[in-house]
Amino acid sequence: MFKRLAEAGAAVALTVDGKPVRAVSGDTVAAALLAAGIDHCRTTPVTGAPRAPYCLMGICFDCLVTIDGVGSRQACLVPVSEGMKVETQQGKREAGR
Amino acid sequence: MRTADVVIIGGGLHGCSTALHLALRGLRPILVEKDYAGRHASGVNAGGVRQLARHIAEIPLSIASMALWENIEDLVGDDCGFSSHGTVLVAESEQELAGFRARVDDLRLKGFAHEELIDHAELKRLVPAVSDDCPGGVVSRRDGAADPFRTTQAFRRRAIERGAAVIEGVSVTGLARNGSVWRVETSDGPIEAPKVVNAAGAWADRIAAQLGEPVPLEVIAPMLMVSSRVPPFIDPVVILRGRKLSFKQLANGTVVIGGGHLAVSYRDENRTVLDWTKLATSARTVWELFPAMREATIVRAWAGIEARMPDEIPVVGPSRTSEGVFHQFGFSAHGFQLGPATGAVMAELVATGATNLPIDGLGIERFKA
Amino acid sequence: MNAVDLASSYDLIVIGGGPAGLAAASLAARAGVSTVLFDENPGVGGQIYRGITSTPVTNRLILGEDYWAGEALANEAEASGAVVVNGATVWSLDPERVVGVSIAGKARLIEARRVIIATGSQERPFPIPGWTLPGVMTAGAAQTVLKAQGLLPDGRTVMAGTGPLMWLLAAQILRAGGKIEAILDTTPRRNFLRASPHLPDFVLSPYFAKGLALLREVKAKVPVRRVSSVAAVGDGKLREVVSDRGRMPADLLLLHQGVVPNVNLALAAGTAHAWNERQLCFQPVLDDHFESSVPGIAVAGDGAGIAGGTAAAERGRIAAIAAVRALKPAAAVPDPQSVRQRLRREEMGRAFLDWLHRPADSFRQPEGDTLACRCEEVTARQVRETADMGCEGPNQMKAFLRCGMGPCQGRLCGLTITELIAAQRKTTPAEVGYYRLRPPVKPITLAELASLPISEAERKAVER
Ligand SMILES: Cc1cc2nc3c(=O)[nH]c(=O)nc-3n(C[C@H](O)[C@@H](O)[C@H](O)COP(=O)(O)OP(=O)(O)OC[C@H]3O[C@@H](n4cnc5c(N)ncnc54)[C@H](O)[C@@H]3O)c2cc1C
Ligand SMILES: Cc1cc2nc3c(=O)[nH]c(=O)nc-3n(C[C@H](O)[C@H](O)[C@H](O)COP(=O)(O)OP(=O)(O)OC[C@H]3O[C@@H](n4cnc5c(N)ncnc54)[C@H](O)[C@@H]3O)c2cc1C
Ligand code: FES
Repeated sequence: MFKRLAEAGAAVALTVDGKPVRAVSGDTVAAALLAAGIDHCRTTPVTGAPRAPYCLMGICFDCLVTIDGVGSRQACLVPVSEGMKVETQQGKREAGR
Repeated sequence: MRTADVVIIGGGLHGCSTALHLALRGLRPILVEKDYAGRHASGVNAGGVRQLARHIAEIPLSIASMALWENIEDLVGDDCGFSSHGTVLVAESEQELAGFRARVDDLRLKGFAHEELIDHAELKRLVPAVSDDCPGGVVSRRDGAADPFRTTQAFRRRAIERGAAVIEGVSVTGLARNGSVWRVETSDGPIEAPKVVNAAGAWADRIAAQLGEPVPLEVIAPMLMVSSRVPPFIDPVVILRGRKLSFKQLANGTVVIGGGHLAVSYRDENRTVLDWTKLATSARTVWELFPAMREATIVRAWAGIEARMPDEIPVVGPSRTSEGVFHQFGFSAHGFQLGPATGAVMAELVATGATNLPIDGLGIERFKA
Repeated sequence: MNAVDLASSYDLIVIGGGPAGLAAASLAARAGVSTVLFDENPGVGGQIYRGITSTPVTNRLILGEDYWAGEALANEAEASGAVVVNGATVWSLDPERVVGVSIAGKARLIEARRVIIATGSQERPFPIPGWTLPGVMTAGAAQTVLKAQGLLPDGRTVMAGTGPLMWLLAAQILRAGGKIEAILDTTPRRNFLRASPHLPDFVLSPYFAKGLALLREVKAKVPVRRVSSVAAVGDGKLREVVSDRGRMPADLLLLHQGVVPNVNLALAAGTAHAWNERQLCFQPVLDDHFESSVPGIAVAGDGAGIAGGTAAAERGRIAAIAAVRALKPAAAVPDPQSVRQRLRREEMGRAFLDWLHRPADSFRQPEGDTLACRCEEVTARQVRETADMGCEGPNQMKAFLRCGMGPCQGRLCGLTITELIAAQRKTTPAEVGYYRLRPPVKPITLAELASLPISEAERKAVER
């Protein structure tokens, strides 16, 4: 859905659901997911529908993911860092357990 | 001028329940509510339907209520979101457990068997997520929880279906005797009725004061917070004694955390200001007791305006000064469970002048100066 | 800066680091007022200047000169002596001006003698069928990653909606070498009639020439169609966009129908709000100095009512001047009259823009199975039926349907629910009112809350 205009920043290595993803310093987690072509980051607790980041400004909460074991974090507000473990969230798996 | 058999002041669960039970007795009540039914304590409480840990004077009412809760759909045509998974009072130390044992034994002697002492193993069976350090507790197995707003609305709806009138957005501004009837002044004109029920919650002291029987009602605003949906991990409602905590997971996965820490309240403005330092204390308690909850997110917090009496039991019974007026207020942060039966008792009292169920010790005369 | 390094009180706390917050904090700090600015984003700039200190988009033509104007504001704040904390989420503000803030997983309660809320705006909800599908985003979202991370839409991109920002983003995408398959313009034709009395003011405003140039730039490269319905279709992700003018395959649909004040924090602080019929949103009730109904709390910038980035900065300055005068009467401040004059000039073209880009009812008041509340997945039909059953307000609706009770706390359904109830009950949004909002205005983890320093907690507990 998105491509990078310029490879400006330094490379940052993350994993998403255990698979390596290359991000760039200055990315938020949500931007890194979009740039990596990951099509959804969670499913809803009510019907299990897939969701992806919608507003990228902290309003919609559709970008909720588990980051380094902490559930329901807003991926669009958290900057990436080396070695970060991102997990997509399924339904009610929001307690980070 | 509007007339009725009974005017009920206040559309909380208590007013609505009394309206329904009066209508079921064939009377025509008018209920007057200044905001909307369930706007205050009755619509925003924690929904705990517990008999556990109640003052002896209100145990008969509580037990009678439990029987109604268990068949709530027959009464109001809605299940009110009621489910029964028990309430567990967790002891955090051996010493605390010993105190609980004494209470349970004492209740037995008085003929009440709903509270049951449990050991560590049974506690872990009922509440696997609780911290291993807790030696035991007390359970009341028939207790449960319901959806407060839905419950209040269900009582309101059924009361109307059975012939009560409910007027919302209208306040009672005064009342005076007019021959054999009471003339109740409202912001929308007077209503006359031979009987009046004061179910005005945290504002009920103002009505009592007008009748020349002031009460030391304290306006409080217990706070609650709720988490985002988490996987099911706890069935019963859990309460603590030493540290203030009540804790329950709803069917939709969210967890409601309360326990009696208070917000600052402004009853004239229908407003409360949350106290985060105290909510942080609750958070720390949960953090210690339920490690699984540590990374859960708190999505909302709120407080409800409630009446507390100095002895923490309600005022239920006839006015001391004014014939035909009855009081039903001061539920001191645990009146949701009592709603169904207190309405029935009040209707009986209004209609017949007496009640079968003992309400000794709950009268307003206890505050006579 | 970490939570533990913050002082326990400041003269002034500014919440939000967009133009309003940056201008306010700079002015106050320069006047010698101890000032801290909290913003939850990793960098300052707010929405208009997102990524201004770090953007990888170095070709200045792409984002345009209006974007780069933000550099001066950011530099000014940096040099002013204000403490600027990014990654700082404010989750609570009470009428006593105690601010709850979380930084890197730790929470603090910080007191202030004055507070300026500068939390800006958000895009208006755009509830069309399929708007929750992956592949559907707001135009502002695409713009945010373009500015901050240099990400450009790739694949078949369609835009739909109305309003100046949509055209600005289209131009920015094109200048960056991106491609847009089509723009579905949802502006109702008859809007022009309503807007035309305000045309003379608009012509004199700074927006006029810029606006026309943008339109020309975009229309030269992208087919534009007027539509009166839009739906996103796909199974698990966007496949095509369907309108009354046909269907087209798409990988990315960018939606936009204007911006509205971000009211959550101001409402939770207990400030009075009123319905703005021209801008179709709630906004705080403010005096001449942008002071709210709660003493000591001001709301500046687009959060005070939409007027644009330049106006936001001027509003921030006016609020800051009032704060400085209250806190340090002897301090030198800029002449408020000249600030006001600039503000008036900025606000001139607004009425025309608002009426022209007023979204059609059908795009604000959905029908049938279209989701009104994304979080709890509540449909428009459910809301309408519940209103018909007698539900009079959004707070009761919440209790019946759980709409507004998910993690976004009503941000993306609040206006929709209010408008649906008003439509169904044949009354006005002003009459229906808005959700009663409470802190936390952003979810916080239990661990964060438990991390509030105990000493602070105990001290406050004694004071109360
Ligand atoms: C997505 C989007 C993109 C936009 N792009 C443009 C544009 O390119 N050009 C243009 O002219 N106008 C744009 N606007 C319009 C915008 O409203 C501008 O007029 C301008 O940014 C408003 O400035 P402000 O200072 O009032 O608020 P903003 O710039 O919106 O800044 C508010 C800041 O407050 C922060 N904040 C909010 N809540 C909290 C909280 N609880 N805790 C901590 N921080 C918080 C936000 O992170 C944000 O940085 C855009 C609006 C949106 C919503
Ligand atoms: C946060 C919280 C959690 C709680 N948790 C529990 C729990 O888990 N279990 C439990 O059993 N109990 C609980 N409670 C207590 C319970 O909610 C109350 O005891 C009970 O709802 C009281 O009902 P009520 O009808 O007396 O009062 P209210 O619900 O307060 O109703 C009184 C009504 O009277 C109206 N009124 C007042 N004056 C006038 C007037 N002059 N004219 C017209 N109308 C008027 C008010 O607007 C109000 O709606 C909790 C309370 C709170 C606040
Ligand atoms: S994408 Fe909307 S909150 Fe992150």
